[in-house]
Amino acid sequence: MKKWVTILTAVLLCFTCLQVSALDVRAEDTVTIKVYNWGEYISDGSDDSMDVIKEFEAQYPGIKVSYTTYATNEELYAKLRSGSASYDVIVPSDYMISRMIAEDMLEPLDFSNIPNFADIDDTFKNPQYDPENEYSVPYTWGTVGIIYNTTMVEGTVDSWEVLWDPQYTGQILMFNNSRDAFGIAEKLLGFSQNTTDVKELEQAAEKLKEQKMVLQAYVMDEIFDKMSNGEAALAPYYAGDFFIMQEDNPDLAFAVPKEGTNLFVDAMVIPKGTEHKKEAETFINFMLEPDIGLANIEFIGYSTPLKTVKSMLDEEVLNDGISYPSQEILDKCESFVNLPDELNRYMDELWVDIRASGSSSVIELIFLFAVILGLGGALIIYLRRRNR
Amino acid sequence: MKNKLPAFPYIVWMVAFIVVPLFLVVYFAFTSEEGGFTLDNLVKISQYTPIFVKSINLAIIATLICFVLAYPIAYILSRSTERYQRTMILLVMLPMWMNFLLRTYGWMTLLENEGLINKFLGLLHIGPFQMINTAGAVVLGMVYNYLPFMILPLYSVMAKIDQSMIEAAQDLGCNAVKVIIKVLMPLSLPGIITGVTMVFVPSVSTFVISRMLGGGQNMLIGDLIEQQFIGSTYNPYVGSAMSLILMVIMLVIMGIMSSFDDDEMEGLVI
Repeated sequence: MKKWVTILTAVLLCFTCLQVSALDVRAEDTVTIKVYNWGEYISDGSDDSMDVIKEFEAQYPGIKVSYTTYATNEELYAKLRSGSASYDVIVPSDYMISRMIAEDMLEPLDFSNIPNFADIDDTFKNPQYDPENEYSVPYTWGTVGIIYNTTMVEGTVDSWEVLWDPQYTGQILMFNNSRDAFGIAEKLLGFSQNTTDVKELEQAAEKLKEQKMVLQAYVMDEIFDKMSNGEAALAPYYAGDFFIMQEDNPDLAFAVPKEGTNLFVDAMVIPKGTEHKKEAETFINFMLEPDIGLANIEFIGYSTPLKTVKSMLDEEVLNDGISYPSQEILDKCESFVNLPDELNRYMDELWVDIRASGSSSVIELIFLFAVILGLGGALIIYLRRRNR
Repeated sequence: MKNKLPAFPYIVWMVAFIVVPLFLVVYFAFTSEEGGFTLDNLVKISQYTPIFVKSINLAIIATLICFVLAYPIAYILSRSTERYQRTMILLVMLPMWMNFLLRTYGWMTLLENEGLINKFLGLLHIGPFQMINTAGAVVLGMVYNYLPFMILPLYSVMAKIDQSMIEAAQDLGCNAVKVIIKVLMPLSLPGIITGVTMVFVPSVSTFVISRMLGGGQNMLIGDLIEQQFIGSTYNPYVGSAMSLILMVIMLVIMGIMSSFDDDEMEGLVI
């Protein structure tokens, strides 16, 4: 009997040993990194494109990728702030990165793990939103320009001034978001898009109020419809989205204004609290590989900050002045940085004032009083009759 | 009901998703960014009075139009054969099976300067008319989206009015106008109050309709509140204060409405 017990114990012990070592192997070999990116913002294998995530997992068998997406910078920010989820790699835009740096939400990168960073064009190194380039690696970029319908607009479009042109009254669309709208007015007036001067902000607001006379509407996503079916002639929007609209309506053209414009950059960063920093850096480095970068850029349609990838693109794309404007124009462009809260709020107040201006509030007030009086009168008459 | 246990799941639901959020709105409305008590949020809102006035006006107009459209049809429905009633009610409800956003998007393509209506009028050499991006388009969107909420309560109250009441009034010498004012209106009052509430409340707080059909120039309270929460500045304090004021305005108007009818409130239970 005793013998049996001994054997059984021995066998059991063996099993536990095996299990422990099996667990060990898993813990050592496979790590899951969580990547949180914009929707439709990576080559995912659809339409014969390369499946970048699969490719990465094949090349680094020890790393698995859990990939999820978000729709706006604010959504990403709220998710990180509330602490409801942790991520290893995220891809915020310029101004959000500067905000996250200011609020100590990002991990400084170890660039010795990201040797491919050397391939990034110098224009995108040490950007305004990350001056020492400690935290971010650019992923894609693009500009805001003027989309116009060549059958409705005469002459060449090369200045923001055209969005104020009374000749096109009722045919101009404008951004329905304060930062982009103010950015355009500020560029037209020759100010910085990141100005913290209240006077300049007020002048820009004045300019935007002037523009309201010639505007058709303030829009965001509705622009796709309205530009595609010829409802409007002119609208400022993002270069990458222009190609989608052009597919529907070949009469559309794109111009980068000579006053300069907003250059937006989406960059990869690692949030504080990551447990797999090294693996996350490996992933970032992988995204900078020439063939991977090329696959992504061809899928997304935005512009690449990688020199090698750019050299692999068609001449046609490089020279049309849409995705890759000349250095002369790029020099006049700015990226948004985060503004102080106070200023952001003041800008929002001015923005509401612009949008709500021009309504005949006196007549409306009289109408409201009349309705209230009528309702009150009816009530009194009704109650009196009832009591009788 | 002596045993209140079956109500328990809903009470949990109500506390978690209605009472607690309501409390949070009130709390935020009186809290400054630093966390102390303040009235600044409410004072700040006074600069937006024109937007509040405009929202309430448009909602009132939309409610009136809904009422004028819905009252006769609800009456006719309640007096017709059962089969006809069923078909008509189905038709009233049918649009509600489709998503609200899609329907509003549909109106956008109809009303645009290059839209279907103007194209059709162009064939007849009339127009084009500026329809979209006006306050009128916003009211139209409200009427279209919320009309069923006016028809249904009116219909269900009127279906209960006995035909003999109307006949009796006619026998006693009432003309058509008097029948409506003296018999039909008082008897259908609960339905009127419910209908008005159900159209006015969502109309005054909408932000999708004003954005899509109003072209961003007809800013309403809803847009303003939305901007505080998911605009470029995250300011839940002022946003909550606006919501609070909106709720108070609604409560006052509902209070006036319901004092018209203080004993029979069965229409509210639809």
